Amino acid sequence: MPVNYYIFVALALFSIGVVGVLTRRNAIIVFMCIEIMLNAVNLLLVAFSKMHAAAYAAAAPGTVSGTGIDGQLFVFFIMVVAAAEVSVGLAIIVMMYRNIHSVDINFLNRLKH
Amino acid sequence: MSKIVALVPLLPLLGFLINGLLRKQLSKTAAGIIGSGTVLGAFIISLLLFIDVRNGKTGVVELFPFISFDTVKIPFAFLVDQLTAIYLLIITGVGFLIHVYSTAYMHDEEAPHFARYFAYLNLFVFSMLLLVLGANYVIMFIGWEGVGLCSYLLIGYWFKNPQYNNAAKKAFVMNRIGDLGFLLAVFWLLAKLSTVTYGEVFSAESVKALSKTDITIITLLFFVAATGKSAQIPLYTWLPDAMAGPTPVSALIHAATMVTAGIYLVARTNILFSMAETTQHIIAWVGVATALLAATIAVKQNDIKKVLAYSTVSQLGYMFLALGMGAYTAAVFHVMTHAFFKALLFLGSGSVIHAMGGEQDIRKMGGLGKHMKITYFTFLIGCLAIAGVPLFSGFFSKDAILLSAYEHNKIIWGIALLVAALTTFYMFRLLFLTFKGSFRGTEEQHHHLHESPRAMTLPLIVLAILSIIGGYISVPEVFIAGGDQLGEFLAPIIPLHTHAITHAEEYALMGGTTLLVAIVIVFAWSKYKTYKEETNGALGNLLENKWYVDELYNTIIVKPINWLAGFTDTVLERSGIDAIVNGVGKAVQYGSRQLRLLQSGQVGSYVLLMIAGMVLLFVLQFFLKK
Repeated sequence: MPVNYYIFVALALFSIGVVGVLTRRNAIIVFMCIEIMLNAVNLLLVAFSKMHAAAYAAAAPGTVSGTGIDGQLFVFFIMVVAAAEVSVGLAIIVMMYRNIHSVDINFLNRLKH
Repeated sequence: MSKIVALVPLLPLLGFLINGLLRKQLSKTAAGIIGSGTVLGAFIISLLLFIDVRNGKTGVVELFPFISFDTVKIPFAFLVDQLTAIYLLIITGVGFLIHVYSTAYMHDEEAPHFARYFAYLNLFVFSMLLLVLGANYVIMFIGWEGVGLCSYLLIGYWFKNPQYNNAAKKAFVMNRIGDLGFLLAVFWLLAKLSTVTYGEVFSAESVKALSKTDITIITLLFFVAATGKSAQIPLYTWLPDAMAGPTPVSALIHAATMVTAGIYLVARTNILFSMAETTQHIIAWVGVATALLAATIAVKQNDIKKVLAYSTVSQLGYMFLALGMGAYTAAVFHVMTHAFFKALLFLGSGSVIHAMGGEQDIRKMGGLGKHMKITYFTFLIGCLAIAGVPLFSGFFSKDAILLSAYEHNKIIWGIALLVAALTTFYMFRLLFLTFKGSFRGTEEQHHHLHESPRAMTLPLIVLAILSIIGGYISVPEVFIAGGDQLGEFLAPIIPLHTHAITHAEEYALMGGTTLLVAIVIVFAWSKYKTYKEETNGALGNLLENKWYVDELYNTIIVKPINWLAGFTDTVLERSGIDAIVNGVGKAVQYGSRQLRLLQSGQVGSYVLLMIAGMVLLFVLQFFLKK
């Protein structure tokens, strides 16, 4: 399966994420959109990793090598970091709700001061 | 030559440092003694040097390397030769007498100012000595500038009076114009010969290396310098205004020493000047024009010092006339006799002003001869000397100049003769109005009239004696064979000059001049023995207002420059440069005020901007950067 398909799917996912972040006001949805973007990147990493591994195998048949799995390792890292981020982010949203009884990000304009 | 030469300028410098730095501690007596003593020391050493030089011991004393780059070596060196020796004696000798005189004349000043005055005087003498002692043009230039600075300081000595300050500034600016000529001439020499040492510049091969144009330009530039220092047309107007300084200062700077620097420069460079005919013509005509102009102005002046100031300008014109004729010895001779009698006249006028309690207008004097016999008598000798009455020093030096003028150019000679008559007239007008007739001042001044103290009369007497005997060092050949001692003495520097006219002619010239002078004296006596109120005609007004030269300069130079300054101030500076600077500031302020609105605190807009940035980077990366 050509890598182009993966790229288009990732691009679509990423764009959905970006538009979501830009247009939605609900903090939780914004948060979810960020997760979508992260996963779009993950998808790309896996796709390219697989592609490169195949390319290496074709160039030097018979050799056993770990080349090409670095990208897949990265994905694991991103997942771990994303999990940590989710816990922090959700905590922030909970605190926000407790304080202003809303999760609308337009209320979060105090950065100006 | 031993290094003792260095002591000549160093002693006055020492005096300047002591008087200048300790002026608050020193008593007046101490300041006076230090000021005069150092100059006396310099005079004694100069005398020894003079005896050495007479015995043929001339030479260069190299003290230390001064400027040295590439092939150009300019050492800090002193040259002692015949010309320098004479100038040294004039400067330190007359300078010493003026210092002594000043101790009495300036006695009403407070102690710190008194010491400041003597510090300036000493610095002035130091600069002048440096000027004549330097063995190259650069050292001379140091002295040249120092003299200009000191004249500024001394003219503006009473700095609380803004008019005096203006006179000081005028003198400084006028001198600076001349100095530019000096600098350019030195640079020209450096560019062509890469040396400025006298001996090398005047050597046969250097002179050969210079083209005719080079020599003309260099000499003309030097002459521009000389017109500044020696108050010639067009830069003479500072000298009469410089009378704002104390009277002894006028005597020292504006009669005896500083103004003769220009003559020294030309006489020193005579080898080059002799080869530049154009320059010589210009010098002669400028000299004679200055002499005539200043003499006519002096006839109508009523300020005792102004008359003397214009007479100085006029006599300097005479000297330049002689230089233009190639009669360098005659010019140096006149410098010397003029130093004696003009210092005498200035100091005499100082004595008069002292007695009159500061009054300088001769219309309010009269009959002073009865009250101040010594001043009157010495002043009379000064007048006789400057008028050129036979047996007085002025006769010999003026005669030498007139003779060379007669020989070269009859028109110039005629004008010079007219100037001699005018000189006699205004000097005796001054003498009669001041010392003869009846007193015209207030009763209080009349009561106060007195002869000046000994410290003032003694220099007058010494100078009077010098004014009489000073001329006998250069008696014309027609009287005594070998009488021209000065000419022979200066022969190594200035080639001897023989006159090509018969003895009968020479006698006739002298007789004619003497007769003219005698007639003018009698005329002046008949006109001014009793004072009458004068009403001026058109010409009289013109002369009294100095031909309106100051006004002319004001209109054609000062005002356009002021206008230009105003233009650059308002247009270039304020609406040009200032506007650019302010504009940059304002643009930044305006821009940041607009950019500030971006920081709205809306997280959404931040993210949008971030994305926009990212997109921009992508576009750059993939589409624009190839």
